[in-house]
Amino acid sequence: MNDKYQNLLIRSKVIKAVRDFFHQENFIEIETPVMISAPAPEEYIEAVTAHDNKFLRTSPELQMKELLCADQGKNFRNIFQIGSCFRAHEHGRKHREEFTMLEWYQVGADYFTLMKVIQKMVQHIAKNLFDKTTIQYQGQVIDLTNDWDFISVVDAFEKYANCDVFDALKNNDFDYLMIDKIEPKLGSYTPSFLYDYPASCASLSRLKKNDKRFAERFELYIAGVELANGFSELTDYEEQRKRFAKAMKFRESKSMNRYPEATKFLNALRDLTLPESAGCALGLDRLIMIFTDQNDIINVIHQ
Amino acid sequence: MFGASDLRKGLKVEIDGDPWVITDFDFCKPGKGTALYRCKMKNMITGNTMDRTYRPGDKLGKPDLLEREVYYSYTDGEFYVFSDAETYEEYRVSAESLGDKVYFLLEDSQCSILFFNDQPVDITLPTFIEKEITETEPGARGDTATNVTKPAKLDNGYEIHVPLFINQGDVVKIDTRTGEYSERVSKA
Repeated sequence: MNDKYQNLLIRSKVIKAVRDFFHQENFIEIETPVMISAPAPEEYIEAVTAHDNKFLRTSPELQMKELLCADQGKNFRNIFQIGSCFRAHEHGRKHREEFTMLEWYQVGADYFTLMKVIQKMVQHIAKNLFDKTTIQYQGQVIDLTNDWDFISVVDAFEKYANCDVFDALKNNDFDYLMIDKIEPKLGSYTPSFLYDYPASCASLSRLKKNDKRFAERFELYIAGVELANGFSELTDYEEQRKRFAKAMKFRESKSMNRYPEATKFLNALRDLTLPESAGCALGLDRLIMIFTDQNDIINVIHQ
Repeated sequence: MFGASDLRKGLKVEIDGDPWVITDFDFCKPGKGTALYRCKMKNMITGNTMDRTYRPGDKLGKPDLLEREVYYSYTDGEFYVFSDAETYEEYRVSAESLGDKVYFLLEDSQCSILFFNDQPVDITLPTFIEKEITETEPGARGDTATNVTKPAKLDNGYEIHVPLFINQGDVVKIDTRTGEYSERVSKA
């Protein structure tokens, strides 16, 4: 059997292990529409357009949160979903326009709870599928047992890019330094959580109560590969509406695709309210790349 | 001009007046951030390499490059003259810019010349050529080891290292990319 099919077999096992893990942790698996009428307006993510001014989802975030709003923490306190998402023009060794996302939400949780869940999940997969406590990826050995590494965005910029993160933002260097200087250093010996993003990179996360310069958002890195993004959810309707409007304006200035307003989601926030919760999205193809020691996403998908 | 999103492996671009070829390329993007384009590149004239990461909005020049099939004709000592395989037009290339390649030019051999802004900047010779050894110490009979070498000369004075069993008058194959001995073709 060639390597590609070997990888696809491991892919199937990893996905099964992920499902088993979430069921074991009392999560409910749900499905939300793939074809939607209004994607979340984000500055640097472009949706694929379907027919009749509909779009393929860039993530299931809004629809999953709509469910949390409607349920008010009665039945669906812990939910997860595995499914395809689409982002236009993204292709590279770690990107495909169509990819598989694992996304989950926990009512009553914050971003630190999510980090614990990921740690437990990755350890579960390594132990149950490979009977291992380490991952070998592209010549690096990553220990999953010890305390995982936590580094704040401020500290990471100081340590690896030798600069102040707010200066980097001002000079429009944030992403460049992240890709060029910081990411390659993260998750080298143990997985790394990069946490507390500047408020301007908050996305749909809530700001820290005691320091509004930062958002309760994190990303997980293993061997320099960005695997997951999670945050304590923003529940404030007014603030959310303002952020969407700002992102829409930015998108217009860059002549990006025009989206209809995400009315259903905004109305749910305003009229039903979103219970205090936290949610995380993890690129499953990348997790499978890590477990199969592949450096190109093309080697872990059938196409 | 090329935009950053045009970049891909194999693309030739102009940077600071030199032509560069992208030898490795990856699209990078923090999940919520802007796309970046990571390139490894090689200077088509000097062979130097470098890593560069480009941002959306960056522009790169399109080099005026043209590759022509040619035959080597003759030299007047200072210049080497090639004739175009299609048009028979003659191109004069200085000995200086050819470097050691002048030693491996055989009359009528097919080569290709890369032009940058109408100036020849690189020439590709046939990968292997055969040349006679005109000067070397007598061979050690029976010594077939190839890892021990001795100096030898071609008829044009080029110095090459050959195995001990090679004799004056032997014809050898030379790799024009490295200028090194490859194998013996025939004995004297």
